[in-house]
Amino acid sequence: MFTFSPEDFAKRTVGSVQEFALLCGRAVGNLFSGRRYWADIFTQMDSIGVGSLPIVILTGFFTGCVLALQAAVSLKEFGAVGMTGKLVALSMVKELGPVLTGLMVAGRNSSGMASELGSMKVTEQIDAMRALGTDPIRKLVTPRILATVVMLFFLTIISDACGTAGGALVSVTLLKLNASTFFHTAYMALTYGDVVGGLVKPLFSGFIVATVGCYFGMTAKGGTQGVGRATTQAVVYAMIFIILVDFLVTQLMIGIFGK
Amino acid sequence: MAESSFTPGSFDAGAGPVVAFHDVAIGFDGHEVLHDLSFHVEHGETRIILGPAGCGKSLILKLANGLLEPDRGEVCVFGRSLGGMTEAERFDLRAHVGMVFQESALFDSINVEDNVAYRLREEGAPAEETHTRVQEALRFVELEKAIDKYPSELSGGMRRRVSIARAIINRPDLILYDSPTGGLDPITSTTIIELVVKQRDVSHTTSLLITHRLQDAFTLATHRYNSDLGRMELIPDGKIDDSTKFLVLHEGKKVFDGTTLELTHSNDPFLREFLT
Ligand SMILES: Nc1ncnc2c1ncn2[C@@H]1O[C@H](COP(=O)(O)OP(=O)(O)OP(=O)(O)O)[C@@H](O)[C@H]1O
Ligand SMILES: [Mg+2]
Repeated sequence: MFTFSPEDFAKRTVGSVQEFALLCGRAVGNLFSGRRYWADIFTQMDSIGVGSLPIVILTGFFTGCVLALQAAVSLKEFGAVGMTGKLVALSMVKELGPVLTGLMVAGRNSSGMASELGSMKVTEQIDAMRALGTDPIRKLVTPRILATVVMLFFLTIISDACGTAGGALVSVTLLKLNASTFFHTAYMALTYGDVVGGLVKPLFSGFIVATVGCYFGMTAKGGTQGVGRATTQAVVYAMIFIILVDFLVTQLMIGIFGK
Repeated sequence: MAESSFTPGSFDAGAGPVVAFHDVAIGFDGHEVLHDLSFHVEHGETRIILGPAGCGKSLILKLANGLLEPDRGEVCVFGRSLGGMTEAERFDLRAHVGMVFQESALFDSINVEDNVAYRLREEGAPAEETHTRVQEALRFVELEKAIDKYPSELSGGMRRRVSIARAIINRPDLILYDSPTGGLDPITSTTIIELVVKQRDVSHTTSLLITHRLQDAFTLATHRYNSDLGRMELIPDGKIDDSTKFLVLHEGKKVFDGTTLELTHSNDPFLREFLT
């Protein structure tokens, strides 16, 4: 029944990439001209930002705890347990904070967007919206992109802070380290480049979460099963792109700041 | 709001058809559904589209509203070709077109009032006026009590009526009804057809209507709205409404295009079988 034709596959892939690029282009273009749906933007910020707060705080915190435990074990061998704070802060701010937050929000919101827009698509609500004179990209996609980019930025900062706090808690209570040493080494370890690098990543991840979620939603077809498929695909692709772009941005930052 | 580039209000009856299809073809995945379809709908006309399931009736309405692109041919609405239009120009045009979708397509996360008011709010109408007009539209479809309900709390027939209210709220110049009576019991169907007749005879709006039920089509052709009695009645002396015309499709081709009398007197074997 399913015969694989490389030509077909290539055509479909190129078509999808083109469609995705077009969606991104139009959604971003809408930011700069014409009507803006502020109410939708704030609703989305609330659902994405405030809604993701608990999971972001919890993952950040426990990641920090684990990092401190693991770091202490390895650092003990070199007699450098005092560096735990530095390791926790650097790992959280540069890498784990941005990536884990991105992945958590992708799991939560890319899927949410894909299923919401997908259901609207298969029940013709998107067509109805167009028939009623509203551009669905302007009303549905643009607010989601803006809200995700802005909120993911702040969520990442919160995650970084919670991670460092978690690391500190473990260091002080379990590893019997000095709290002020922990924070001092942590603070001294972070350079301008580390912080900028860590805060640029969520801007990209936020864009990916929203555009991928919306793209799979807007192109869903084939009833409820199609919506389910769109949802799964949205999460998978969003996560892969986040990690891929994380790699590229890290390389770029190394190029710019030399570390 | 930007000045609309176009005003069908100034569109006079002599200026040509409201909707015109010229050799329109559309297909999916290499399979052509509509083959070189041509027809036109004059000002004030009610065009009933009949045909077996899957022959492309819904596609015609979507093409007429610019929601789909034809593969070939030209679709003109209010005398303007949709082909060369940008999406923004199409939004201007759609402001004058009301559409009732086959499955109602109400926004299911907002209530009936917000659904019906959607278009007015988008156009930035004042809240006070919006509310009055929503009530007016809901009164027209006799659903005033459902104003605070959510679409999931309504029956299929009620949803269809809300969808009609949403389509007529800004007094469009063209209404597209996709199977407004599909899947409903005969009594509810008659209620909905009565609404269509009322809209036709009170506002004289040009419309395209898809139906699977022949008796609905003939009710439309043989009844008129009596605004004194507040309901529809049979046109006396066996006369028929002459603004009601038919378009019959079969396998993506037009098999009939004409008036009620021509349809009932046709000798085409497919039509004879279809009508019985
Ligand atoms: N988006 C689409 N993608 C692929 N095929 C489609 C699409 N829309 C319609 N079709 C196909 O076009 C044909 C006509 O569809 P359409 O919805 O116009 O039928 P219809 O005449 O309205 O039928 P019904 O009376 O059951 O509503 C169908 O065979 C359908 O499979
Ligand atoms: Mg249909």
